[in-house]
Amino acid sequence: MSTDQIGGPPLAGPRTVGPPEGFSLRSTNKRYGERVIIAGLFTCGALSVLITIGIAWALIAPAIAFFQEVSVSEFLTGTKWAPRFKPPAYGVLPLVLGTLWTTGIALLVAVPFGLGAAVYLAEYAPERRRRTLKPVLELLAGIPSVVYGFFALEFMTKVVLQDWLSLPVGTFNVLSAGIVLGVMIIPTVASLSEDALTAVPLAIRQGSFALGANKMQTTVRVVFPAAISGIAAAVVLGISRGLGETMIVATAAGQRPNMVSSPFEGGQTMTGFIANAALGDSRVGSLEYNTLFAVGLLLFLFTLVVNIISIRMVRRFREAY
Amino acid sequence: MPAPTEKYSPDVRLAGRQASNSDKNRRSLIFLGILWFSLLVAFGFLVVLLVTTFLDGIGRYDSRLFTNYNNTTPEDAGARAGILGSIMVIAVTALMAIPIGIGAALYLEEFSRKDRWYNRLFELNIQNLSAVPAILYGLLTLGLMGALGFKERNIVFGGALALALLILPVIIITTREALRAVPQEIRDGSLALGATQWQTAWRQTLPAALPGISTGTILALSRAMGEAAPLLLLGVAVYITYDPNGLTSGFTTMPIQIFNWTSAPQEEFKTLAAATSILLLSILLAMNGIAIYIRNRFAKRW
Repeated sequence: MSTDQIGGPPLAGPRTVGPPEGFSLRSTNKRYGERVIIAGLFTCGALSVLITIGIAWALIAPAIAFFQEVSVSEFLTGTKWAPRFKPPAYGVLPLVLGTLWTTGIALLVAVPFGLGAAVYLAEYAPERRRRTLKPVLELLAGIPSVVYGFFALEFMTKVVLQDWLSLPVGTFNVLSAGIVLGVMIIPTVASLSEDALTAVPLAIRQGSFALGANKMQTTVRVVFPAAISGIAAAVVLGISRGLGETMIVATAAGQRPNMVSSPFEGGQTMTGFIANAALGDSRVGSLEYNTLFAVGLLLFLFTLVVNIISIRMVRRFREAY
Repeated sequence: MPAPTEKYSPDVRLAGRQASNSDKNRRSLIFLGILWFSLLVAFGFLVVLLVTTFLDGIGRYDSRLFTNYNNTTPEDAGARAGILGSIMVIAVTALMAIPIGIGAALYLEEFSRKDRWYNRLFELNIQNLSAVPAILYGLLTLGLMGALGFKERNIVFGGALALALLILPVIIITTREALRAVPQEIRDGSLALGATQWQTAWRQTLPAALPGISTGTILALSRAMGEAAPLLLLGVAVYITYDPNGLTSGFTTMPIQIFNWTSAPQEEFKTLAAATSILLLSILLAMNGIAIYIRNRFAKRW
């Protein structure tokens, strides 16, 4: 922390005001009215845990019913997904593959452009320009996903991929959905990476300049590596957003579960299946209804693992300085 | 704590900003060009998306859009039910999510003892919840509505419940950040003058953090307003031909209508989807603008 003190008063160092060490200004009286209020606030906080338990319970109970009729190994290793056919097939791999394709393509778009934007905003942009550019960039995250879906289907597929690039794509393809999904998560990657870069202490940059490195060398070889775990966390959070996004892929990637083998093919993702199946009416408790929750549970586990990795990484980079 | 660099920008950042001769060699300039290009791509997409949506939909952005209900003939179809549905659902969402979100944030930031395991659990849990896919909140609501004994799931209350659950973690996180930015000295001063902890939180900390809280809340509500995925799971009907008139009334929203019309085979419906998108985007851009204005105009720099 001492590095922060260069050029200014201590920021987060030892406190200069406030009660002496070891004293508390908190009330010594028991105030019962206040305790009621605090208990109420505690309940609000505890509600979040209830929501998580609720999600787990809402997913697990119907999923158990599902796995009583369909074996886990058939679900996880089957390569044909056709729950409404006769005979039905419950191999989830086509949905997982569809999700991996769209998310993978999205990352190819979001990571380079997101990081480029972050490095510019954090290291190069003057303060005033940064203040105007950043909210504009964040507008990309504020555009509703249904509008992105429309854009992917009507512009990205029909105009860019088919007319301009003459690619052999159908109306529905994972390429268009993935690219637009990537654009949607650029601000997620950029914003968190910028925070990580800004958190690198100035003294490290000054040290690099003092040794004769120029701006670019300092940025690429010193600041970027120093912020790498925060940047990794940003990318991982981007992955999580990509896995869970529904409306873009439901609109533009198609509704046919398919072992996608090229980006020009259409396919269905886990989220796309849930959204699409929800449109048909399935009775509560039927196998078809339970199928939704089995896929939902798998999606939840995917994002949970990814989120925990991301939270861990953020912690590590916060501890570094 | 705001990032220290914000406050001390002149001396902290200048050192790195001044271009010297060694920054004008070819590799440095190419590198800077690549960075510029990244930003340009992002902004380019934003502009193209807004312009194409506008051009696609402007021909149908007329009074029928506001006065007519959905119809099987595209010429007579409008988004009236969706517009009113969106407004109503977001109002109920706000009533549910804002008090609970601010309450939870106040607890975690002002009253909780950080050394207790359950408080750490709350924090980890809220971080994790904020990244749970929206569509899973739909599945949760589906289960909840069943457990609460609702036969009809496609009602205003159900939609608002799903969206409130979705944005609750966002509101908690942004409110906590706003509260954390209020300097400790203000709390100490209030406590030293004899105010109780609750009086301090209610009369000093919360008002001081209000601009930040409003910004975060408006952004969260605008996110809820554009969201369609969790509502799809409630079996939202797209042919609603009446205004929503209460918590148990059936409803549809603008994003649901856009999704439905985008998937329709006729070109006229796609135009209608674009026209509704123009309206939705205008509302959301206005909300974003207000949020940014509040942040810039009212946020105190301590």
